[in-house]
Amino acid sequence: MRVRWRHVLCPIGARRVSRALSNFLLAAAGIAAASGATLAHGATPPPLLWATDAEGGAPYIFKDPKNPNRDIGFEVDIVRELEREIQRPIEMRQYAYSSLILGVQRGDCDFAMNGLEVTPDRKEKVLFSRPYYVFMEQLVVRRDEGRFGDLEGCRKIGCRVGTLEDTAADRLLKAQGIEDVMYDGVVEPYRDLALGRVDAVLLDLPIAVSYARPNPALRFAGPPFARGYYAIALPKESVALKAEIDAALDRMLADGRLRRIYEAWGMWNEAQEDLVQSRGDDILAESRREWTIGRYAPLLFRSAVMTVFIAVLSFGLAILIALPLALARLYAPAPLRWLAVGYVEFFRGIPVLLLLYVLYYGLADLSAASGLGASLRLQPLQAAILGLGLNYAAYEAEIYRAGIGAVPHGQWEAAASLGMTGFLAFRRIILPQAIRTILPPMTSDFVALFKDTSIVSTIAVVELSKQYQILSKSSMKYLEIGLLTAALYLLMSLPLGWVSRRLEAIWGRGIL
Amino acid sequence: MSAAARAAGAGPDGAGIEVRVESLRKSFAGRQVLGGVDVAIPAGATVALIGPSGGGKSTLLRCLNGLTAFDSGLVRVGPGVLMPGPMTGENASSARDIRKLLGMIFQDFQLFPHLTAVENIMEAPLRVLRVPRESARSEAERLLDRVGLLDRASSYPRQLSGGQKQRVAIARALAMSPRGLLCDEITSALDPELKGEVLSVLEGLKREGITLIMVTHEIGFARRAADRVLVLESGAIIEDGPPAEVLDHPRTARTRQFLSRILI
Repeated sequence: MRVRWRHVLCPIGARRVSRALSNFLLAAAGIAAASGATLAHGATPPPLLWATDAEGGAPYIFKDPKNPNRDIGFEVDIVRELEREIQRPIEMRQYAYSSLILGVQRGDCDFAMNGLEVTPDRKEKVLFSRPYYVFMEQLVVRRDEGRFGDLEGCRKIGCRVGTLEDTAADRLLKAQGIEDVMYDGVVEPYRDLALGRVDAVLLDLPIAVSYARPNPALRFAGPPFARGYYAIALPKESVALKAEIDAALDRMLADGRLRRIYEAWGMWNEAQEDLVQSRGDDILAESRREWTIGRYAPLLFRSAVMTVFIAVLSFGLAILIALPLALARLYAPAPLRWLAVGYVEFFRGIPVLLLLYVLYYGLADLSAASGLGASLRLQPLQAAILGLGLNYAAYEAEIYRAGIGAVPHGQWEAAASLGMTGFLAFRRIILPQAIRTILPPMTSDFVALFKDTSIVSTIAVVELSKQYQILSKSSMKYLEIGLLTAALYLLMSLPLGWVSRRLEAIWGRGIL
Repeated sequence: MSAAARAAGAGPDGAGIEVRVESLRKSFAGRQVLGGVDVAIPAGATVALIGPSGGGKSTLLRCLNGLTAFDSGLVRVGPGVLMPGPMTGENASSARDIRKLLGMIFQDFQLFPHLTAVENIMEAPLRVLRVPRESARSEAERLLDRVGLLDRASSYPRQLSGGQKQRVAIARALAMSPRGLLCDEITSALDPELKGEVLSVLEGLKREGITLIMVTHEIGFARRAADRVLVLESGAIIEDGPPAEVLDHPRTARTRQFLSRILI
């Protein structure tokens, strides 16, 4: 058995190059290493490329805690068995989970296997093997939860439920009209549940077993429910490989090898008996979703409003912070001036992403640890606006400083010689002249902030870019929805440019 | 009262203001610029400050309205007193009071570029004296008329010639109804044919009895219009008297030397 684990990012379209590269590397490294078997077999078929996201988490595929260079998980075990069954080596390729289907569809990898649920819209784009696992959804709540015990109770009292985006669990929540809070990873939802930011988490049972069961603050609410299937995704034209893989899975199912793998990972349950009966085709009976423009456009519009909301509030905050900062840098005595310089250097120097994480997760920890309870536990939207505002204030402050500093000192003296106070001179004489210089870079920054709002999706805020990802993944309409999303961004940013030019013309009268 | 009638009549309050400087000292970074200057300028006088570059003329002028802080001594402008030290607290508020009595005109005009001529003039009465907008505007127009620029009321500074800019600047200072004007080389940046229009405005002001303190290189104008000429050299007043005396029969060799250079 020769599974050659190599974490090479496999950019879409680079398959040939990477395969040539891997052959070269194998040739270079393989003389002494595990290539004895290869040489003995003579003409070995080229390896199959398996796309998966090694960061997806336990129990699917994850880093061995005892040896971080090794990936383990039940899917790794299945792939090893597959390798033996179909007599071909299989190489792993690291993909972002969200690009798996896209990669397969474009033929950049031979197959993808990473807890991919069989859904009608995906079936239109790729070929699915027979299912290899029957998953169910598990509702997890805090240990002391007394208000509800199941999803129905949850819906009645209007709970917020965390889940992974673009999953069966999320579709289930949406179908039941329960407010869903979307996450990128499997750790964060349970974390936020423990922190009280969401009321429950609905995710696939294997995830719940790995991440929620060990947490003493959480418990399973009721039995698992709502079955679905994991299957291997292949390019549409790979009919022969599908047949090969199906047959291999059939054999592994029949002789109990699959069951042993699941038992080893604590994932075996009665639902798996279904695997014997189920073939790939009967799953299409699942809820069929027709993603027409009438369906997704309203969702996009709503998140566009969210984007505007975040951008406007955080930019307002940035301006409020930046003006005093700029004035302190220009006119304040030394200690205050240093503070302002420190602020600018600090917030300009750290990534927004880091800032958002610290504000959202770090402050909550600090709050709990210092006995402040929930006082510093920011809601996602609060953390998003605060983070972007603090970050952009540093940039704005520098722009204001330059603009205000560029007004000739004589203007201050002329204003003072007319009996104006410093504040009046600043407001009526200096600022209006500075604004002309400040406005163009400020407009650019605002447009940049508009686009930067997409980063707040990392702390469970769904804005336009995130909504695009979600919708395009659900519908497979990357281009169509992408164009509409781009149009929405342009619709929002183009008027800004126009307003800026108008204001420049008005305030620049006599100067330009 | 019609604009014409007011323009023809006496200036605001009809009288100038008295300015006194006592033992004024000022250093910049260890270099002494003013070394104990004493001057008393009676209300309504027209004083020309002349002397070589770096002699401290502009610094003295700027100490009078608190634009430059001084190290020791005293400045009195009418009822207002400026003390040594930074222009903060009490000093800042006396400086503001003094600036309302004593307007200032700069060599490089310093009109507000984002405001039209009439808005430049209205700004301080409107915001500092809180005059109603309508009367501020009609007063500004009256002043523009007086400096001969009523037709340029809605021009922006960049659309005006240097001489026109300086006349607007004078009108802007006059809008605060000051009782004295500090003029810091106000014709130096102007072409010779434009100087006349500015100087004739000043002569009109002198007739109204406003105190005029001018740093100038216009010896001809000083001779014609000034009551008194002060020669400032190395931070000290080395000559003080009527123009005929100081300009034609200077007592010191330094003054003679300076005058001979400047008159060539």
